[in-house]
Amino acid sequence: MIRPLQWIGVLTLALLVGCAQQPPKDDSLYHALGERPGIQKIVEGMLLHIAKDDRIYKYFAKVDIVRVRDKLVEKFCVEAGGPCTYTGDTLEEAHKGLNVSRGDFNALVENLIDAMDDQHIPVPTQNRFIARLAPQRGEVIEK
Amino acid sequence: MARSLSAVFSPVVLASVVGSCVGATAPFVNADQGRLIATGGASSIEGGAGGGIIPWAVLAGYGEQGEWGANVFATHINLPDYTLDVAGMAVSYGNRVEVSYAHQRFDLGSLVHKLSLPEDNLSQDIFGVKVRLFGDLIYDQLPQVSVGLEYKHQNDFLIPSLVGAQRDSDVEGYLTASRLFMGAAFGYNVVVNGGVRYSRANETGLLGFGGDRRDTRSVLKEGSVALLFNPRWAVGVEYREKPDNLSFAGESDWADMFVGWFPNKHVSVVLAYARLGEIATLDNQNGTYLSVQGSF
Repeated sequence: MIRPLQWIGVLTLALLVGCAQQPPKDDSLYHALGERPGIQKIVEGMLLHIAKDDRIYKYFAKVDIVRVRDKLVEKFCVEAGGPCTYTGDTLEEAHKGLNVSRGDFNALVENLIDAMDDQHIPVPTQNRFIARLAPQRGEVIEK
Repeated sequence: MARSLSAVFSPVVLASVVGSCVGATAPFVNADQGRLIATGGASSIEGGAGGGIIPWAVLAGYGEQGEWGANVFATHINLPDYTLDVAGMAVSYGNRVEVSYAHQRFDLGSLVHKLSLPEDNLSQDIFGVKVRLFGDLIYDQLPQVSVGLEYKHQNDFLIPSLVGAQRDSDVEGYLTASRLFMGAAFGYNVVVNGGVRYSRANETGLLGFGGDRRDTRSVLKEGSVALLFNPRWAVGVEYREKPDNLSFAGESDWADMFVGWFPNKHVSVVLAYARLGEIATLDNQNGTYLSVQGSF
């Protein structure tokens, strides 16, 4: 028999243990994308496709492309559930004043898909990744 | 005469002037702009963007905000006793409004001799307008919801009138929603469409509108599900409920299974197996459906 006071003790202990332990992070998408080296290849491929894309090249013509690459790798790594920290500006700050259109956003999505195709990322994995990014469209367009 | 001519032409001139002004500020962009591939859908048999036998909430072409989109299409349905040929076009602006036109020609095949019919085909013209009310196929919280109106005119009314059709032209409306669910089926994207139509068209209007059995519009359900293997290949099923207004023959609900191929934003091809059931007393009208579309 456990008395009520002991119950409270057990529950409190369980609660403390629960709080101390982070829930296990789902990093399966991070691994499916080839971890950090794979993500870097995807980002670099995407930027190469953008460089040939008349629709949105203008947004990247005068930026520090190495910095953009590094921050995008961090961003994608975090979104994929990987062990990274994003140190760049918020998406809203990064796109302020650019007035990126809905069509421009889709153009970038197309370049990302092309880059993932180049790396032979399976379509279901691509869909999982795009599903993580799609809700952030509102922080990018029409700023 | 001169007065009436100028009365006819002045709106045309005005429209072309307005058109050229709009054109100057909002270029009729190439199909590489705007929306993602396949999101302009195929062309439905009534002209609007959609699947094959029903419209979807998506708009024709690939225009996003401030951009035009357009397509032309031709569709051939080969049935045991009939054939249906459709040609048409649709234009959309700003991913907001779409206008469409389709001409349908239904060849009566073996029925002409069997019943000594006075004509060997039935045809109709369909003018459609569709407006996206809210939402988005892929982004945003809400699914894309559109409302549409279709004005249909049956061109050879003798046969429809003999079998009980009440009128040779009519207007019908529909409300439809479309949404892409990312990775919903084994990681692959799924597009779901559902809609209701308010119509009294017999065999979509080829046999006129209203009938001896029922002359009021019915609320008719229609829907489809498509699975996208990748952005360029889709397979799916469609269903369209139809009314039963004429007593001389039953009218079946329609269904099809399709494969869609979108190699780029300029061309798409849809091949389907269509189950159209009983049409004008002849049953088991199930056959192949082929549609080719060009987008601009």
